[in-house]
Amino acid sequence: MWPETQSAFAAALLDPGKEIPSGIAGDFGRAAKDRFAVYRNNVIKGLCEALREGFPVVAALVGDEFFDAMASAFVRAMPPASPVLLHYGRGFPDFIAAFEPAAAVPYLADVARLEQARTEAYHAADADPVGIDTLQGLSDERLAGLRLELHPSLRLLASELPVVSIWQAHQGSDPVAGSGLPQTGDCALVLRPGWSVEVRAVAAPVHSFVKALGTGAPLADALERLDRADAPDPSSALVELFGLGAVTGFTDTRIEPKEELPC
Amino acid sequence: MTRARAGVGLKPRHYQDVLEGVPETGWFEVHPENYMGDGGPPLAALARVRERFPLSLHGVGLSIGGAGDLDHDHLDRLKALVERFQPELVSEHLAWSTHQGRFFNDLLALPYTDETLDQVGRHVDQVQTHLGRRILIENPATYLRFEESSWTETDFIAELARRTGCGVLLDVNNVFVSCTNHGDDPHDYLSRFPMAPVGEIHLAGHAEDRADDGALLLIDAHDRAVADPVWALYRQALRLGGPKPTLIEWDNDIPDWTTLQAEAARADAILAEFPQPGARHVA
Repeated sequence: MWPETQSAFAAALLDPGKEIPSGIAGDFGRAAKDRFAVYRNNVIKGLCEALREGFPVVAALVGDEFFDAMASAFVRAMPPASPVLLHYGRGFPDFIAAFEPAAAVPYLADVARLEQARTEAYHAADADPVGIDTLQGLSDERLAGLRLELHPSLRLLASELPVVSIWQAHQGSDPVAGSGLPQTGDCALVLRPGWSVEVRAVAAPVHSFVKALGTGAPLADALERLDRADAPDPSSALVELFGLGAVTGFTDTRIEPKEELPC
Repeated sequence: MTRARAGVGLKPRHYQDVLEGVPETGWFEVHPENYMGDGGPPLAALARVRERFPLSLHGVGLSIGGAGDLDHDHLDRLKALVERFQPELVSEHLAWSTHQGRFFNDLLALPYTDETLDQVGRHVDQVQTHLGRRILIENPATYLRFEESSWTETDFIAELARRTGCGVLLDVNNVFVSCTNHGDDPHDYLSRFPMAPVGEIHLAGHAEDRADDGALLLIDAHDRAVADPVWALYRQALRLGGPKPTLIEWDNDIPDWTTLQAEAARADAILAEFPQPGARHVA
């Protein structure tokens, strides 16, 4: 019966230690096991390639042989649950963090997180950014209560290691956009306002500020995260955030709903 | 479209060539699974391509040959793309790729029996009903056969098309790969293939895998130019079934746009050798 045969087939695909299903014809000069091996190889190779596409810098950092071994281990431990592979890499950074042979490369998991953030930004929903001029004329009190809507592609990353610099070193002639803000290299803002994904190193307080905005904090509360010696002044941070195309609109929670904002 | 043309798979590395140039190709095909994100450049590029060209959605994720139920979430995602992009053709494979919530990202073989014919027929019915349109089913490249098979592949496909009303996608490279792997004559296979329901043809390159004792297996790698014996088979297919929209599939080691376009031009030149009576549409 096909359901039983298919179950045996599926189980043996990812586990080379399992017997191949019975009933496979070993005809025309090639043994059944040899023939089944083509499918085993196709499955592992195809999924490893899908991962390599999403994690090119991780692959470059460890070399193809190591990457294939690590990706195969991930595929066998966590095969995809969906035929949409765009999101398959989501579990890979955590897997790398726990993958003992990769322990000698302490930044590898965070570089993978950065690459995963880029993939997510690439496929995120579209939205039109608004300019900072849309805030013109609002009183300080109303500005303080604004909740900014951030672009659906925006991702934040904080690392104890200089992952942005490491990632940037593998980008050839396509360097990371410079920032006028103090950079420590350990926090990144990833965004796709238009056609291409941008990776930007940001200071830790800016990361904290944008993160607060992302959780729905009113502007005044979020700006408090910049109340540190190593932070840029609030207006520069706000100008830069709008300038990046990271803001797509805003709501005002302190006024009557009928007073709609021009957004 | 007034006559059957050659088309190519749309690849991200060619978006710029296609959108900013004047591509000499009749139509484009994509794997819908690669366009199931929320937004971003892939969907934007596809929308712009669709404004200028006929489109085919060629699925790899429905697992129509599987014993289990179809993945209805996936079917809904496919339906949403079909409704948004209104493709001329929608196709899937006589194969399975998912089992009990695991997706294997490969087109896996099934036995050809009365039981699987019923099962595949039900799945094709469900897909056609859900999408509200006819789909094409492609003959697979296979590396093994099941002892329990009681149908030939060609008869199985013919009966599937007869029962469900589905069309057929004839992959000529798969014919060559499978027949070589199983010691069959590909010309004989083609002469038995149900040509009437064929709505599209695929051409692709394949790799050779040789065992220590010299025994050969061909792998459906889609990583190089179409092989000469496959071009010869293609001519035979057109003689038997008439000209059909023909896709160059090149999914790995993807060449530059010019090389890909030249491969499609070669198929176009062969298509032009055959009269196209009454052909009014890509399908």
